Amino acid sequence: MLDQKQHIKLPEGSIEKDTTTLNLGPTHPATHGVFQNILEIDGERIVSAVSTVGYIHRAFEKIAERRPYYQITPLTDRLNYCSAPINNMGWILTVEKLLGLEMPKRVDYLRVIIMELARIADHLICSSVMGVDTGALTGFVYVMTYRELIYEIYEEICGSRLTTNIGRIGGFERNFTPAAFAKIERFLNEYPAVLKEFETLLTRNRIFMERTQGVGAISAERALSYGFTGPNLRAAGVDYDVRVANPYSSYQDFDFSIPVGTTGDSYDRFQVRNAEMWESLSIIRQAMDKLKSLPADVYHADVPAYYLPEKQDVYTKMEALIYHFKIVMGEADMLPGEVYNAVEGANGELGFYLISDGGRSPYRLHFRRPCFIYYQAYAELVQGGMLSDAIVCMSSLNLIAGELDA
Amino acid sequence: MSLTNERIQQRLTEKFGDVLTGFEEPFGLLTLTAQKDYNLKVMQFLFDDEELRFRFLTDITAVHYPERKNEELAVVYHLHNLQDNIRLRLKVFAPVAQPDVFTATKLYESANWMERETYDFFGINFVGHPNLIRVLNVDEMTYFPMRKEFPLEDSMRIDKDDEMFGRGGNV
Repeated sequence: MLDQKQHIKLPEGSIEKDTTTLNLGPTHPATHGVFQNILEIDGERIVSAVSTVGYIHRAFEKIAERRPYYQITPLTDRLNYCSAPINNMGWILTVEKLLGLEMPKRVDYLRVIIMELARIADHLICSSVMGVDTGALTGFVYVMTYRELIYEIYEEICGSRLTTNIGRIGGFERNFTPAAFAKIERFLNEYPAVLKEFETLLTRNRIFMERTQGVGAISAERALSYGFTGPNLRAAGVDYDVRVANPYSSYQDFDFSIPVGTTGDSYDRFQVRNAEMWESLSIIRQAMDKLKSLPADVYHADVPAYYLPEKQDVYTKMEALIYHFKIVMGEADMLPGEVYNAVEGANGELGFYLISDGGRSPYRLHFRRPCFIYYQAYAELVQGGMLSDAIVCMSSLNLIAGELDA
Repeated sequence: MSLTNERIQQRLTEKFGDVLTGFEEPFGLLTLTAQKDYNLKVMQFLFDDEELRFRFLTDITAVHYPERKNEELAVVYHLHNLQDNIRLRLKVFAPVAQPDVFTATKLYESANWMERETYDFFGINFVGHPNLIRVLNVDEMTYFPMRKEFPLEDSMRIDKDDEMFGRGGNV
């Protein structure tokens, strides 16, 4: 990569003799992940950028070709580790689509709650880190308390915090505990005030606005051509959201709006994310209300061939023992088929392209990772801007190295 | 008013005839196969046509079928018409001995890295690509790791002498 010639021409009116080559990353503290960009700069202005990716490539697609389906869920955690539950659910929904499994409404709503919590956690990090990169650490430290609360909710449901492996093919591994619901209630009650205060810190902050408005702007046409999805595309003014376009997990039962921006710059991305957090809060509230009218003991579908039986039954019942053994050994009967399933990840359309030949592992599994696709635009976004704008632009794109490199 | 799979198939067959085969709809997603040299023409038509308007490229990837002679590698495109909200899957088969397929970078900027990734893992040679080099693997790599001739170790094997990890040699 280093010996690759960049098209370096000093811009008109430059007072420099030559451009300077600057290696930004791969382990720069301001890049929030393993991203390398070789910048050619004219003074403080970026003339060109070449992005290098793949530093934490772990060959998940290859590994998935040797694993039984239920063991692939933990691989998906490690893609977008800021919102692991969305990835888990995306994968589980893909397998359920392949197998034609119908979930009870309560399972769908529980999934919606957990996915929207994950979306809030992800947006929270992205928006507050934009504050950090423009010099305001306070907001970041302040909202971190509530990301912690979300992680405690995950912990209450599945036992882990960052790489969650939440949910199973056919439902959840166990019912949500009263403590989990109490924590979700606490979050719903306390978080709006915090989010409002966080927005007050930055939204109309003169320094923040000057640093983000017009930085890394992209038009709707270019954004579509570059394959942008998620908040980054919506900031450019295109109202595409998988939750509305192809509803999954009963999103059609909820009433929410899709915030869009106009200019597609870093400030609009920030605004879209904040607005989406309000929408997510409203979705969680609606889901909590809907749960009240549903039987409280349903947390999985009745699909014994794919969903692990109660441990009690494994010791006492023949069928339960057989299914338990088959599922754990990865010998559950999978159907052959070809399926593409997409969910609205926190940073865009997260797609799973699965080809099954009926064997114990997928014949081919491909992850459509949103940030791998839109990171291509980075060179174009930062060109002509200042070096400090490149940092803000990167954090506003919500790039997650684990997802980018798969 | 809204576009249906039948209508798309009808429009495409009118235009291309025998070039397109294998129409099917797994899980409601219209899937079709184009002859190798026609992938770009078909995509250009899908892009330009005022009725079809497939102007968003969702994904490019490839699949290796070692047992299919002379069409071992399949390149799979997922296209999306955002106005009518309908998706389409286009496949092109190429022989592994000479996997040349035309690039889609002229139509979509996003195809650039997706094709680089597909080249990186399957060795598909995208003819006309501006910068077809590896993207995720190291540049020095001499093989295409996602092809089926490189299987991962079978986790069920028992013949391995690996006492450190609890698998004795004399099972």
